[in-house]
Amino acid sequence: MAACSIDWTIWPPRFSINDTDKVFARLRGALIALKVVAQSQPPLGACMARSSARPLSPHLSVYKWGPHMAVSILNRAMGVGLATVGMVCLVWWLVAAATGVEAYDTFMGWATFWPGYVVAIGLTFTFFFHLCAGLRHFVMDAGAGFELNTNRAWAWGTILGSAGLTIATWLLIFWKGL
Amino acid sequence: MGSGTGLGQVRGLGSAKSGSHHWWLQRVTALGNILLVLWFLFSLLWLPGLDHKTVVTWLATPVSAVLMSLLVINVCWHFRIGLQVVIEDYVHGGMRVVTLGLLHLWTFGAGGFALFAIFKIAFAGTHA
Repeated sequence: MAACSIDWTIWPPRFSINDTDKVFARLRGALIALKVVAQSQPPLGACMARSSARPLSPHLSVYKWGPHMAVSILNRAMGVGLATVGMVCLVWWLVAAATGVEAYDTFMGWATFWPGYVVAIGLTFTFFFHLCAGLRHFVMDAGAGFELNTNRAWAWGTILGSAGLTIATWLLIFWKGL
Repeated sequence: MGSGTGLGQVRGLGSAKSGSHHWWLQRVTALGNILLVLWFLFSLLWLPGLDHKTVVTWLATPVSAVLMSLLVINVCWHFRIGLQVVIEDYVHGGMRVVTLGLLHLWTFGAGGFALFAIFKIAFAGTHA
């Protein structure tokens, strides 16, 4: 026999409780179930009613930071850096050279002053990084290198490779005394 | 490109009417940049010094002047379409129009100055 019943034969239908203990037991059970679900789920509002055993949808804001992401966004930032700071230096150098020896010496004076070295070494690294990261994206455009370990290795290779090329270039510059 | 109508797939153009044109040019100019900037870097490292006379004498030779001009054009082209994507991703509304305009101005302004400087060194020379 059901714990509660509704008599539809009369209007309005009459709701009657036949077994009070059973009704309270069910209510208690439902409350405990709700509590378990609420504690096992992140507070996601609309997803509250979902069973905790089911996988959650991929949340775009939940991820672990990795070298591949750093290389990808740095590649963008360095492209912007090359187009602005790099282009200013290139235009200044060319226009100074076309203007005459005095303007050129002013440029070289700034370039060989310590902030000039910081910018020059920074631009060298930025160029090599943009080159290596661009090649990495070129490989990925072809659909290759998306496996987690391969991707991580290429990302680290981009960082270390561009750092190595920058060091090699500047060792050569200082060794030649340019 | 792959999920449109049959005619759309044949044409390969989306609502922007340009399809993958910029994407492809970005790669082509990237390849050009690798060759030209590495040539530029090696040339500078190859020079006996970086004083005015040495640099101007080197820049005035036909090969240097032509390759240097190509470098400027190629670099400007590459960052013009590259920075357009960056702006379209992060700048919205009226500011996007302003920033894209500034990008145009910067590309042609800086490129123009650089090219004129190269031509002057190659054709007219500089006073000592």
